[in-house]
Amino acid sequence: MSKINLESKVPKGELAEKWTEYKGSMNLVAPNNKRRIDIIVVGTGLAGASAAATLGELGYNVKVFTFHDSPRRAHSIAAQGGINAAKNYQNDGDSIWRLFYDTIKGGDYRSREANVHRLAEASKDIIDQCVAQGVPFAREYGGLLANRSFGGVQVSRTFYARGQTGQQLLIGAYQALARQASHGKCTIYNRHEMLDIVKVDGKARGIIARNLLTGELERHSAHCVVLATGGYGNVFYLSTNAMGCNVSAAWRAVRNGALMANPCFTQIHPTCIPVSGDYQSKLTLMSESLRNDGRVWVPKTKEDAEAIRERRKVGKEIPEEDRDYYLERRYPAFGNLVPRDVASRAAKTACDEGKGVAPTGLAVYLDFAAAIERYGRAEAFSNGNTNPSEEQVRSLGEKVIEAKYGNLFQMYEKITGENPYKNPMKIYPAVHYTMGGLWVDYNLETNVPGLFALGEANFSDHGANRLGASALMQGLADGYFVIPYTIGQFLSGEIRTPEIANDTEEFMKAEEGVKNRIAQVMNTKGNQSVESFHRRLGKIMWEYCGMSRNAEGLKKGREMIQELRKEFYADVFVPGTNEEFNPELEKALRVADFLELGETMMVDALDRNESCGGHFREEYVTEDGEAKRNDEDYTYVSAWEWTDDDEVILHKEDLKFDNVELKTRSYK
Amino acid sequence: MNDMKLQLKIWRQRSADQKGHFETYTVQASEHMSFLEMLDVLNEELISKKEEPVVFEHDCREGICGACSMVINGRPHGPSKGTTACQLHMRSFKSGDTITIEPFRAKGFPVIKDLAVDRSAFDRIIQSGGYISVNTGQAPDGNSIPIEKDQAGKAFDAATCIGCGACVAACPNGSAMLFTSAKVSHLGLLPQGQIEHQNRVQSMVAQMDKEGFGMCSNTGACEVECPKEISIENIARLNRSYMASMFTSDK
Repeated sequence: MSKINLESKVPKGELAEKWTEYKGSMNLVAPNNKRRIDIIVVGTGLAGASAAATLGELGYNVKVFTFHDSPRRAHSIAAQGGINAAKNYQNDGDSIWRLFYDTIKGGDYRSREANVHRLAEASKDIIDQCVAQGVPFAREYGGLLANRSFGGVQVSRTFYARGQTGQQLLIGAYQALARQASHGKCTIYNRHEMLDIVKVDGKARGIIARNLLTGELERHSAHCVVLATGGYGNVFYLSTNAMGCNVSAAWRAVRNGALMANPCFTQIHPTCIPVSGDYQSKLTLMSESLRNDGRVWVPKTKEDAEAIRERRKVGKEIPEEDRDYYLERRYPAFGNLVPRDVASRAAKTACDEGKGVAPTGLAVYLDFAAAIERYGRAEAFSNGNTNPSEEQVRSLGEKVIEAKYGNLFQMYEKITGENPYKNPMKIYPAVHYTMGGLWVDYNLETNVPGLFALGEANFSDHGANRLGASALMQGLADGYFVIPYTIGQFLSGEIRTPEIANDTEEFMKAEEGVKNRIAQVMNTKGNQSVESFHRRLGKIMWEYCGMSRNAEGLKKGREMIQELRKEFYADVFVPGTNEEFNPELEKALRVADFLELGETMMVDALDRNESCGGHFREEYVTEDGEAKRNDEDYTYVSAWEWTDDDEVILHKEDLKFDNVELKTRSYK
Repeated sequence: MNDMKLQLKIWRQRSADQKGHFETYTVQASEHMSFLEMLDVLNEELISKKEEPVVFEHDCREGICGACSMVINGRPHGPSKGTTACQLHMRSFKSGDTITIEPFRAKGFPVIKDLAVDRSAFDRIIQSGGYISVNTGQAPDGNSIPIEKDQAGKAFDAATCIGCGACVAACPNGSAMLFTSAKVSHLGLLPQGQIEHQNRVQSMVAQMDKEGFGMCSNTGACEVECPKEISIENIARLNRSYMASMFTSDK
């Protein structure tokens, strides 16, 4: 076993001063040297585009890679609800400390204090930056920025752009990147997929990329490599991730010695449109912001639930007293706005008790009737109508809801064919986000020198559960405000390093390795499609490493994945050739990596003998069915090494909490 | 379950420099499927017969990434108003239908393979000036730039463009005016975007022409087919700005 030193490199000093003092004392790279330094950025979502643009502005030469046809299509585009910032514009008691504390607690005390505090500090600057770029955030009548609430917090700190916040923020970052491209500081390689990292003398010095249109392999060199390649939720096949989201860049880093941290920490989002059939290719999220106004419920009795499933009754016919608003009942302090992990498990519990309301038995209601009524009355009153009819109330109320969530309601109706203004929405949890990711230190550098990971691709800030509207915050904090500084700690030591040659032995060997991997899947010429393997892997992951897990299932799941991997290499069929645009080949290489990641997730979930955040082990529950954490034995980051002999080895980084007290997370 | 039987006429083209043709397939589908899931079913069948699947672009499958780019029965993104191909569901069709599927066709969007086209011209139009020049760290406090709510709303409406290119595919001239004008409006309606407005209008229009997109002749097809229902008022606004910048700009 190799010795790997997981040094977090958190600077000394008071928590609130660490980042400021560190920035003021770190090594810099002078402008004349920046011009001579090349950086590769892989991925053009919020983290990648913001990092590339900012590094270009600073004067570095940046090469940017995306497998999409345009940087603007990265999956950050689909984020709906909003972005958090400790602006305290609402005067409701928010502060950097409170955002920090909420995030640490929301993550069930499994993240690094100093990283999270830095995130909370950067949050304020992000909003300013985005407004200046022209991001059209929601505004009040006075022209100032509006806010709303998200789960797991008791202040209104979420900035939003209707239900399309991710789109607007990404367009902002994409335009900043486009500007640097027009200045020649960023060179964008669209339709290029990174298939390996190249290390020279132990440092990350380049990548092997495949031109997806021609199949040609290209060797790209640089002084360092930044991965901003998103999360791995698609290991479950069905998730809210886009079809192309994959773990390959991160997994290639692991196969080059980087470590995968906390891979079992996956977020199951409570409000998604339920699965309806076997043909389904992906699941669609209904933003958490809906829980500001929607009330979650199931019928109190199994009989009513059964009648609904058999279409003998519809939801709105169930009288008020026969409904169980189970989140409000179980968690009165936070009600419908409990964090995602809690809301998801509660939905599963309700459905496991036979109270699900879809024909599959897997759905609960998210009901807007009360909000429509409340808003309708208020609206009528402010129009001077003090005695409105039921119909007037409904119509006015529906208009308010439409203004707030119109595009989400429309999306729901398009997918399900049901009108959510008239009938309560049906929702069920689905895989949405992965808190785990590449292990990075305070500089966002992996244990491979010169290899950095940003955004969802790293593990750094969300612990075992991410709070709503925090992913956009982290992606942009990493890209705009952290990496532009911390990358200097590495690059200041490289100012005498000349341009990296791309025809050295290391590059040729890496290219050869990629060629062999491609040949392996192309030449198998078996009988089963890539899609069918992916689907089977997803089923194993959901069954044994999904919303609840146990030791026996995890062991079984691991074996099943090992078998499936063997079958894949023996019987996969990839049509077409390598020398052309071939999406099936792209998918085959991604699924091959998922098949290794999936096993690592099983091993990680088995190692962690506790329930915390998104990781719920059936063996570890309190008497009232809540997650039971074990701080004594598991206050560490699990960082997994994958060896050349396909062995999975654990390395630990102990987490130290000097500023917050570890408490049982209660939302009651 | 899969009780719909459909005939599909799909454009197959191996590469940009080879001739394409229509190929006919039959597929069993369910009305609950999305249009792209129906194509997934077809592709799985083709793969099981060791034939080559139909290449089409798609990613988010929730109507926001703008990747899908097909013409369904003569209309970009198909028959439903304000809907991308990925959000179109089979309940919009009936069993026995013949559905024709082809790529976006426009001079500015050369075909890559089957239903996939090259839309990188849109990136270059944005690179020519579709941004506000502000480096990271230069921004004042967000609330120091108040923006009237309706004005912000109008800018937002233009900013919802997903860059799919349906407007170009719908236009008899293959014009990219709706796309370009939406960006000019998004930025130009905001105080932050005012400073560079005139230059932006000039350089984006110049780039659009350079890419080989046609002229706008006010047919309005772009607005009808736009999955985000972006208004042609934006084109009128761009034309006004363009004229104004011709007369008043000293560059």
